[in-house]
Amino acid sequence: MSALNRSQMAWRAAQDLPDGSVVNLGLGMPVWVSNYLPVDRDIFFQSENGILGVGPQADEDSQDRNIVDAGSRRVTLREGASVVDSVNSFAMIRGGHINVTILGAFEVASNGDLANWDARVPSKGPLVGGAMDLAVGAKATWILMQFNTKDGAPRLLKTCTLPLTAPHCVKRIYTDIAVVDVTPDGFVAREILATVGTDELRSRTGTAIAIAPDCQALNAPEISL
Amino acid sequence: MAIDKRVATAAEALAGVKDGAVVMVSGFAGAGFPNALLEALRDSGPTGLTLVANSATHPLSLTHTLIEAGMVTKVIASAARGRGQELSSFEQQWRDGKIELECVPQGNFSERIRAGGAGIPAFYTPVGYGTELGEDKEIREFKGRPCVLEDAITGDLALIRGDVGDRFGNIKFRYAQMNFGVAMATACTTTVAEVREAVDGAIPPVEVQLPSVYVNHVVAVGGEV
Repeated sequence: MSALNRSQMAWRAAQDLPDGSVVNLGLGMPVWVSNYLPVDRDIFFQSENGILGVGPQADEDSQDRNIVDAGSRRVTLREGASVVDSVNSFAMIRGGHINVTILGAFEVASNGDLANWDARVPSKGPLVGGAMDLAVGAKATWILMQFNTKDGAPRLLKTCTLPLTAPHCVKRIYTDIAVVDVTPDGFVAREILATVGTDELRSRTGTAIAIAPDCQALNAPEISL
Repeated sequence: MAIDKRVATAAEALAGVKDGAVVMVSGFAGAGFPNALLEALRDSGPTGLTLVANSATHPLSLTHTLIEAGMVTKVIASAARGRGQELSSFEQQWRDGKIELECVPQGNFSERIRAGGAGIPAFYTPVGYGTELGEDKEIREFKGRPCVLEDAITGDLALIRGDVGDRFGNIKFRYAQMNFGVAMATACTTTVAEVREAVDGAIPPVEVQLPSVYVNHVVAVGGEV
């Protein structure tokens, strides 16, 4: 199959979320992960603005301006949800009560360093939001991003070139052509797109990447964007 | 004399805000922006303000009107990037050196305000360590983990938005409207709460989310639920 589209990437990450877990999804593509949960998973999505138990987006008739997620989307609350203030919300995040956070990224280094908050756009103001808190505080940080930049440059590097979000925090990376673990020995590919193969994967990676002995083909069902 | 913290207008509640005041403004992701109070503050015209707000550029918050009016010389925020390529009023003044920016991870932001309101002068946290936002901060290791020292933030004036207030100053919020309102009210010398409705009776004790002790003035401004 060809490289995964963004919906398929979100689907692939969703398959690995453990049943019963509490998960925070970053802005952009990571939020889509909640659309593709397997039916046998009961998961609470947490949002930085103080919601534990974000449900699907609200339809036009049931919107409430005060039931929003951190990306300002009007959402619903699932059964069992609770709403807290920012201090309590960040106690959940910083105190290790979030099982998994899935974030976007510009770059990940082979030691788990993450750069995802400042692309150095001239004159544009910084926006860190809760990214550093999530990367440091969640029990596991997963990344959902394209394997390469639009120009084809590698995003998996020996050392990040952009400002760090947090050192040594990334555990796993879901991309359009591979699923990669970050281990004490560096990057290890767990799944690779059949049409890409190991040689191409290595050539598109900015540093050494090992292939897991039980490496599988990366697959996803047909999902339109 | 019976306590009654309700005042008729936002202008009355904000009379006498001094030049150079540190003003905290609640709101996040479209919920909890005290826009009636922000309009009144802009009209009253103090200058040299330090603005403590999660975002300096959120399109639904009127914080930008204080910036456009040239009343702000410093911003403490976790988000300060305007949407799109065009520079926001904040970004223009920041680039031109007219406004100083302290960019703070959102969890450090809320915790620094919480600490300010709880009498804690500073605390250590791993969030920000090893990043540009942790540079020049004191570092100490706890259980093998390096942490940065973060100072508390206190202010002169908190402007917050709630749903219902009573004459004692007790406040109830609607869902995610709560966000930074509680912590900011605790951390400032004076707190003004705008609410949809100010009631004659008392909010039932178990429903109070921000206790009266932290609130000085309550202004009913209406608006949708």
